[in-house]
Amino acid sequence: MTAIRVGHLYPDYLNIYADRGNIAVLTRRAAWRGHELEVTALGMGDAIAPGEHDLYYVGGGQDREQLLVAEDLVRKADALHEAVDRGAAALAVCGGYQLLGRGYRGFHGEDMPGIGLLPLETVAGERRMIGDVLIECELEPGEKRTLAGFENHAGRTRLDPDAEPLGRVLAGFGNDGESGFEGCRAGRVIGTYLHGPLLPRNAWLADWLLARALAHRLGTNEAPRLEPLPDELERRAHEVSAGRARARGGRFDR
Amino acid sequence: MRLHPPLGLEIAAARGVAALSRRLGAGGGTTIPGKLLAELDRGAIDRLAARLATGIAVVSATNGKTTTTAMAAEILRPRHRLAHNAAGANLVSGVASALLGAGDADLGLFEVDEGALPELVERLRPRAVCLGNLFRDQLDRYGELELVAERWREAMSSLPAESRLVYNADDPQLAAVGEPRTGSVAFGLDDPRVARPALQHAADSKYCVRCGTPYDYAAAYVGHLGDYRCPRGHHARPPLELAARDISLQGLEHAVFRLDTPEGSRRIELRLPGLYNVYNAVAAAALARALGAKLDDTAAGLERFSAAFGRFERVEVGGKRILLLLIKNPAGANEVVRTLVDGAPPRLVVIALNDEIADGRDVSWIWDVDFEPLLPGLETLVASGGRAAELALRFRYGGLDGDEIELEPDLARALDRGLELTPDGGELVVLPTYTAMLGLQRLLASRGLAKPYWEQSE
Repeated sequence: MTAIRVGHLYPDYLNIYADRGNIAVLTRRAAWRGHELEVTALGMGDAIAPGEHDLYYVGGGQDREQLLVAEDLVRKADALHEAVDRGAAALAVCGGYQLLGRGYRGFHGEDMPGIGLLPLETVAGERRMIGDVLIECELEPGEKRTLAGFENHAGRTRLDPDAEPLGRVLAGFGNDGESGFEGCRAGRVIGTYLHGPLLPRNAWLADWLLARALAHRLGTNEAPRLEPLPDELERRAHEVSAGRARARGGRFDR
Repeated sequence: MRLHPPLGLEIAAARGVAALSRRLGAGGGTTIPGKLLAELDRGAIDRLAARLATGIAVVSATNGKTTTTAMAAEILRPRHRLAHNAAGANLVSGVASALLGAGDADLGLFEVDEGALPELVERLRPRAVCLGNLFRDQLDRYGELELVAERWREAMSSLPAESRLVYNADDPQLAAVGEPRTGSVAFGLDDPRVARPALQHAADSKYCVRCGTPYDYAAAYVGHLGDYRCPRGHHARPPLELAARDISLQGLEHAVFRLDTPEGSRRIELRLPGLYNVYNAVAAAALARALGAKLDDTAAGLERFSAAFGRFERVEVGGKRILLLLIKNPAGANEVVRTLVDGAPPRLVVIALNDEIADGRDVSWIWDVDFEPLLPGLETLVASGGRAAELALRFRYGGLDGDEIELEPDLARALDRGLELTPDGGELVVLPTYTAMLGLQRLLASRGLAKPYWEQSE
């Protein structure tokens, strides 16, 4: 048994889309494999010690709350960069995803700084992109998997030319409603607009993250194989959510 | 006075459609005539509204608007002929339908959707507005809470000067809307003994509306509603003109409290459980007072009131009872859970989660509900509705064993399974989201166990 240490950034501020559901899934799925998951809240003014956490989680918030944390996050930027360079994994959803980029440019100059952990920028758009969404990912060569979720964002996120998207949009808007890409992946760091929450109905991604977190804890490059779980309910929830995206996912040209 | 020639024709056409809709079995037709009218001439709504001799009052809130409005109707009915959208059709079209069916009513009493409030305030020019609360709800439909609050602020600033605003001062966002307006009336709860030990997970407006510092709470009652104060002195709960004090919650049956008003105090025994219904009662009392009701009428009306449509309804089914409790967002569902646990924690529960527009297409809110207090006593969850599997996962990852969860997306089969597992003389707790509740009502009506919702009395 190995304890996996999760640093949950700003749980008091960024929790709008049921982010605790993602944490619950990580916790249980680790426990069912005999690993304990220790979740530490990293709030305003708290220092980050690189190496201490195996996985960082940042959720989404309302604009006001996101603005409140943005400046504090910048003060944690160096430590987070170092932590990730040393192999820590990270999952950032929605507002948290935007904050991991280089920044957010608002309509009226209300700019928000980001920490540049992901090679992307976000610009405010006029219409919110709201709806069910389905994407196809290939995080490991040859292993194509889908993620189903719900998106609700005004920001248009543009990836740098050499950046790796998290996935290709099958239905829904994705990063900006036109590029056909969703999210961003840089090594063990994943950012996405998909909430719902993301992990209960996409259990494979929870396991992918847990495996990388374990690799960091054990100091290995190779992520360990996790024992499969009976995921019948997860599979059915995924199917329904994917079906919703195919039937009613958002598109601008409709 | 110049008559609008088209109005009569439009009304006749719209009324005809409602009758047709019911005849075709398409449902209540509670909004169809209004939709037609809104299509034909939106200005007709203004003119219909102006026909009500004693004016119009509107109630808006994330939670409790149907119950608050129904309570106010119970208080006002002895002295008024009411036009009231009792079946909960609360968009522009639903209010238009209620206006079409107003007959010889003198007072309009309408619950209004949060998003529709600005337009309806402008069209109806109400003489009283009651703002109950703002919770996180259906972000996919309404957008963020701050945005709704901002639109409400604007709407209230365009309200005629002689109109009365009554607002829940326990909600910091609403206090910020209500305080600046002359003659506005603050209501709230004042009994720290029934407060929650801490802010709930889903608490929304917990940062000072002026400076962003987290509020200090002397008492938190429901979600972020309570007695708050900015530690830096920028904002605090305003003094309450009407308040519920000395509150006693009596399981699944009653809530008793003292209603303090400028006219005096009364002991009120509500035939409804839960702190959230005490909020609804004080809101209804404050609104009724703004419309001229006497305290005696208010007390009598509140004590007569039993339940609004689908909110805490009990239905007899062959020696067993079904208890229907609507759930639709974290704050409301938390109160339902708390009320159940304070009563007799159920061993079996049927929960039906749908994701139509009226339910919210984004079902993430179920993960923000504190269902956990139900788990220790729970032996079986029947998960139903279009998103049954997601709901099952919520409980699975909350700690319920997989073999205690039964997945039955079909509503009729889930209800039958629940009844089958309920002992004779027992009560089956069913927690549906909005469209699931409508589906259950339809089902019960088709079995002759309940009246269809469009025939329920006001």
